[in-house]
Amino acid sequence: MAKVEIASLSKRYGENFVVKDLSIEIPQGEFLVLLGPSGCGKTTTLRMIAGFVEPSSGQITLGGRDVTTLPPWKRNTGLVFQSYALFPHLTVDENVAFGLEMRKLPAAERRENVAEALRLVRLEGFGERLPRQLSGGQQQRVALARALAFRPDVLLLDEPLSNLDAKLREEVRVEIRELQQKLGLTTVMVTHDQDEALSMADRLVVMSQGEVRQIGTQRDLYERPADRFVAGFVGRSNFLAGQCEGDGAFISAGGLRMACTAGVRGKGTLALRPEAVSVGPEAAHLDNSFEGVVEYISYLGSVLDVRVRLAPQDRIIVQIANRSGEVLPKMGDTLKVGWPATSGRVFAEES
Amino acid sequence: MLHNSRKPSWRRLALDAAALSSLAFILVPLVFVTWLAFFKQEIPSFPPEGYTFHWFSSMLTQKAIIDGFVTSIEVGVVATLIGLALGVPAALGLVRYTSWWSGAASTFLLLPLVVPAIVLGTAIYVAEVEAEILVYGFGIETPVIGTIGGLIAAHALIVIPWVVRLVTASLVGFDRSIEEAAQNLGATPFATLRRITLPVIRPGVVAAALFAFVISFSNLELSLFLVGAGRTTLPIAILQYLEWKIDPTIAAASVVQIAIIAAAMLVTDRFVKLTQVV
Repeated sequence: MAKVEIASLSKRYGENFVVKDLSIEIPQGEFLVLLGPSGCGKTTTLRMIAGFVEPSSGQITLGGRDVTTLPPWKRNTGLVFQSYALFPHLTVDENVAFGLEMRKLPAAERRENVAEALRLVRLEGFGERLPRQLSGGQQQRVALARALAFRPDVLLLDEPLSNLDAKLREEVRVEIRELQQKLGLTTVMVTHDQDEALSMADRLVVMSQGEVRQIGTQRDLYERPADRFVAGFVGRSNFLAGQCEGDGAFISAGGLRMACTAGVRGKGTLALRPEAVSVGPEAAHLDNSFEGVVEYISYLGSVLDVRVRLAPQDRIIVQIANRSGEVLPKMGDTLKVGWPATSGRVFAEES
Repeated sequence: MLHNSRKPSWRRLALDAAALSSLAFILVPLVFVTWLAFFKQEIPSFPPEGYTFHWFSSMLTQKAIIDGFVTSIEVGVVATLIGLALGVPAALGLVRYTSWWSGAASTFLLLPLVVPAIVLGTAIYVAEVEAEILVYGFGIETPVIGTIGGLIAAHALIVIPWVVRLVTASLVGFDRSIEEAAQNLGATPFATLRRITLPVIRPGVVAAALFAFVISFSNLELSLFLVGAGRTTLPIAILQYLEWKIDPTIAAASVVQIAIIAAAMLVTDRFVKLTQVV
């Protein structure tokens, strides 16, 4: 396993940038997730690392080796495809051995490595089967074993869980993450699923329209989103339109004056996490305290989503915990809500 | 209710009847030729006067027919190999590289199917004569027309469309990510072709080979123009025999031909299920 360095990497078709000026250093053993909506350039980035897409400019280095212009078969990356892409005419053993065979490993050593890789993904005894005789989850594990057997410099995962059903997906997340940590694999995963991204990554890259919006840990992204896009894409946010005064005051479209983090001046948006809002008597002591009318309640079990109208133009969703014995708000109630100034982050209007 | 349940059963009957009559339409000539091969009398008439194996032994004494068999198999095998060597790469290229010319190239490769075989035969005859004159102009005196090479070249031409079509069909739905997976695992493009692509499309290639052989083996029109003196293919030998005699020797030869093709199909079917490809 090795360190991966990406320096001002771009891919452009004509005037259209699919990936624009991406730079990141991935230390050995880090699990990095590229997260973004479809068409944001995350898959293109992964394919550039694997060598299937030629960068328009920039440089990719694997363990100090410049691979930017090398073809895929000389790169030593282990890629798990979304469709798994198992060889249908070869057995599980032969699939996993393929990379070793291409590297001309002696047969005895090959057998050892194949057995080891299949043991890692808990598929001992399945070596003689053909891919079509396996379930989706098993096929996915064969794909993983095949990508690991030849000890690649970096493991690349292209939406590896999207073809599994929801329950299995959560199990496999944990399995892959444990395996990755145990073996110290430098890993780059692409996904559009933020739950998946947050639960597996050491660090995340949020991308949109070919551009990097923010690079950071889960906590960085959630608590200090760089822009409105990240605040909306990672977790949920209430967005209130309005005017920033610059010194930590925000006037909402409905005319409410709210204390917030200082920064932007002019037209902007205030982002507020639903769970950062307190309700009831304690709300009165916070920097921002308002009264609103409950318009709608979604009972989600452990939590409730309460839509509160603060002013004709301002409505927020408040998430409150469903603690036993507490009186829950009803539709039409007047509710006190409040939040500290630090919870409200303002962003300038996006051009 | 009664009306509803009757209606589908009528449709079912009509479908069965249509299927059966089509099957009979295909089988009747085969059955009659086979039956005829065992008739005792020399001029075929009904009802048969009796049955005999005489015509099979008579066939074996006909040198033209035996030589025709050998030539036809020889030409068929070599033309099939050439057809595969050219047609498989062509199909791979057509499916992979779609650009403004791929539609035209695809049509071009199917053209030999469109031209009537007899016209094609004439055209190739003229072309081969011209080729001979051309190389003679360069001071090389080599025969083209009437050689086995000239005949094989023409047969290769007519089998190519079949190879291209069948291999193209087997490439539809081919998951190209398995080729990328192979390259990711360290396989060069050539190793990917040899170890992954060709084995996966093997059923299509085998079916293409079978069709190519049958097309070449049973071709009459092209061969008529291109065989040399003293060399005939089986269909020509049969035609020439029929000019003088109409005894069941020909039926016996046809039975052998049917048996050879049927055997080829059965053997092929053991390796790949033909019903899955064609």
